[in-house]
Amino acid sequence: MIPFTIDGKPVEGKEGGTLLEVALEAGVDIPHLCYNESVKPYGACRLCLVEVERHGRRRMTTSCTYPVLEGIKVFTGTEKVLRARRMIIELLLAMCPGDKKIQEMAREMGVDEVRFKKEDKDCILCGLCARVCEEVVGANAIHFAFRGDRREMVAPFLGEAMNCIACGACVVVCPVDVIKMKEEGDERTILRWKRTLKMKQCKVCGNYFAPWFQLEKFREKARLPKDFYDVCYTCRS
Amino acid sequence: MKILKKGDLEKIREAGLQTLFPKETKISVGMATCGLSTGADRVYEAIQKEVERSKLRMHVAKTGCIGFCQREPVVDILEPGKPRVFYQEVTPEKAVELVRRWGESQVVSDWLFFKMEKEDWIGEDRFYDYSVRQIPKGLDGTPHYHQIPFYNKQLKVALRNCGFINPDHIEEYIARGGYFTLCRALLEMKPEEIIGEVKASGLRGRGGAGFLTGNKWETCRKSKGDRKYVLCNADEGDPGAYMDRSVLEGDPHSVIEGMIIGAYAIGAHEGFIYVRDEYPLAIQKLQTAIRQAVEMGLLGEDILGSGFSFRINLFRGGGAFVCGESTALMASIEGNVGEPRAKHIHTTESGLWDKPSNLNNVETWNNIPVIISRGADWYSKIGTEKSKGTKVFSIVGKVNNTGLIEVPMGITLREIVYDIGGGIPEGKKFKAVQTGGPSGGCIPESLLDLPVDFDRLTEVGSMMGSGGMIVMDDSTCMVDVAKYFMDFLKGESCGKCTSCREGTKRMHEILTEISEGRGKPEHISLLEELGWVTAEASLCALGGTAPNPVLSTIRYFRHEYEEHILNKRCPAKVCRALLKYRILSDVCTMCGRCAKVCPEKAISGKTKTKKEKGIPFRIDEQKCIQCGMCFEACKFKAIEVQ
Repeated sequence: MIPFTIDGKPVEGKEGGTLLEVALEAGVDIPHLCYNESVKPYGACRLCLVEVERHGRRRMTTSCTYPVLEGIKVFTGTEKVLRARRMIIELLLAMCPGDKKIQEMAREMGVDEVRFKKEDKDCILCGLCARVCEEVVGANAIHFAFRGDRREMVAPFLGEAMNCIACGACVVVCPVDVIKMKEEGDERTILRWKRTLKMKQCKVCGNYFAPWFQLEKFREKARLPKDFYDVCYTCRS
Repeated sequence: MKILKKGDLEKIREAGLQTLFPKETKISVGMATCGLSTGADRVYEAIQKEVERSKLRMHVAKTGCIGFCQREPVVDILEPGKPRVFYQEVTPEKAVELVRRWGESQVVSDWLFFKMEKEDWIGEDRFYDYSVRQIPKGLDGTPHYHQIPFYNKQLKVALRNCGFINPDHIEEYIARGGYFTLCRALLEMKPEEIIGEVKASGLRGRGGAGFLTGNKWETCRKSKGDRKYVLCNADEGDPGAYMDRSVLEGDPHSVIEGMIIGAYAIGAHEGFIYVRDEYPLAIQKLQTAIRQAVEMGLLGEDILGSGFSFRINLFRGGGAFVCGESTALMASIEGNVGEPRAKHIHTTESGLWDKPSNLNNVETWNNIPVIISRGADWYSKIGTEKSKGTKVFSIVGKVNNTGLIEVPMGITLREIVYDIGGGIPEGKKFKAVQTGGPSGGCIPESLLDLPVDFDRLTEVGSMMGSGGMIVMDDSTCMVDVAKYFMDFLKGESCGKCTSCREGTKRMHEILTEISEGRGKPEHISLLEELGWVTAEASLCALGGTAPNPVLSTIRYFRHEYEEHILNKRCPAKVCRALLKYRILSDVCTMCGRCAKVCPEKAISGKTKTKKEKGIPFRIDEQKCIQCGMCFEACKFKAIEVQ
């Protein structure tokens, strides 16, 4: 374990770990949106900024990407850090004024006014959906398109996400809850990715339990017998 | 032929000298992009046809850019025993005339540019003398190359071969001393010695960050790894900057030689040149150069019998500005989206495919052969205490002489703008010079005596950058300039960090408000706050420097912002929405032209005819859209802009 301090308090982190992981574990509250322990750190939202002092030099950096290093001093609540975070949340709020989570975080940080023209976007471009889709699910169904202020999270060619298995991992992981899944009859739809898949019916209970396309992918990958998914998870156990 | 030993190199040198300085007269055309854009290809064709037609004994050759891009196409004639004569702004017709008159042993004095009696072979510490025996009539008054103000203060190290060799002829590069340094480095020097030399030279990365090249090499050499890479950053994307393009188009082998030396010093066996696809000519020249180097055994297995192997791959970039950032560039080569990543572990330890990788800019690589050849002592005598050597700049904008210049570090901005650049055209006043590309800052007149040096430029809120230099006169609006660069950056940010993506977007939005008359007093502090966050909270150097155009213009030209915001006036008369057009009734001749061209029918009056008296015209401010058509149309200067 590697010792260092957070706000003067001695802490320890394992090699290869990040400051944010250690801080959260130690109960130090650092706001964050694009971090999730199931995927690699990315550093897009910039909310988890902290000041790090190393070799006598102090600089601001994102705690989700900064590695645990011996003897560093981490400061999570300096005026500089708070000032930067306030502007960032204001920028996000101006971009997505309707997002409940952003509104709440802004309020907590003392930002109740937006000095920029309000847009009507909902996605904060944290990239968690795509990262989970790639790193955890392995489907690679969606990704960022374009750059700069035109950046968007989309399905390929702005059409239907043909690799999407409608597993719903993106729905769960989205911090601002703007990816919606809907089930109607024998169909499951992920609205944002324009993806609708037919569901399979359980031979025992008769419920539609998962998309055919998804089960086929799993079956192929794990080399399961053809009838493996005839029965749903609930009836099987 | 394969070069196996130094003797072989000497033989090729002989062959190169024969085309560099043939027995018959040689006429060369500058055919880099700057030349081609003004018709150098047509000039070349015309010369070829004329030489063929007249059956003159004349060798027609292509070369790169000699720097004075504004005077392109540049053609030079080199006749044994006479000074080399350069002609400027040559058209196909003029070219034919040049050849014809040469056939009659006459000098065409009209388009004379300058003459040269010897050329500087800086890498070998000598001059190649043309052994001039006679100066033809009409040339006595022509200035020498070094007497031209544009060239007088320049020192060409990086641009040593540009405009003097045919970039497609490796023999000519070798004739001017090329690859001899490589030979010495590989056969007589240890990698550590080379690194020591580069360190002692004080060379700092020419891509913009100014990191000490030798230190970077050393870290990469010491990094553990079975595989290492050396990379060349030729993803030049600054608007108005073309230093790397000119080097690649005019002297591609210098970069390749530098990379081989660097790879040997670092212990890499594979290299990549990342060049943007918008540079088709540079790509073509590089492809040819790499092929030739491979054919001669200068790239590949067991180079020059040293046992060292190295190959270079050319990688074409898709034109994203952010891919000039080291980690984004590496991501792009790996086939991923060009997005920077956090560099808590340096790329010299974990870069391309997580292997130790050393990335340097075109100009950095190109400096290496000269540094190794002339030695660190010589190199470190050029420049200032902490910025050594020379730097290439592309000087553009509102300045009399535009082009590519190379100056010793420490020269003042004033010398560059006024002596080399020849000052501001049309008698206008200097306002600012922007250095460092889109994320550089605008430096005002009061700081013109600032020496060009990495640290000094950073101190005043700008940066060295890769070498773009844009001169602005008093007809430039600084709010408009900041807006232009923010427009560029908001589109070229990769969009990953909220602070950079939203910060540049919002700064652009506010600047637009200000330039369109909706500015509020609090906008200035909001811009400063946004600038601070964009710089401090973003991941890479693009975000880190993006607010410079805004912050530096506020710092030095705050009054212009205030004029826009408080008085709704654009002092430079650039921001259209803030302009007021008025017809001076006592000057108006009542011709009615203005009313005819006005698209909004905002101008009323009565045209004066022989029969009728007429009523002076006037503009209805409510209807006027400030398009300026009336202003352009009025022949009597009766329309005033405020």
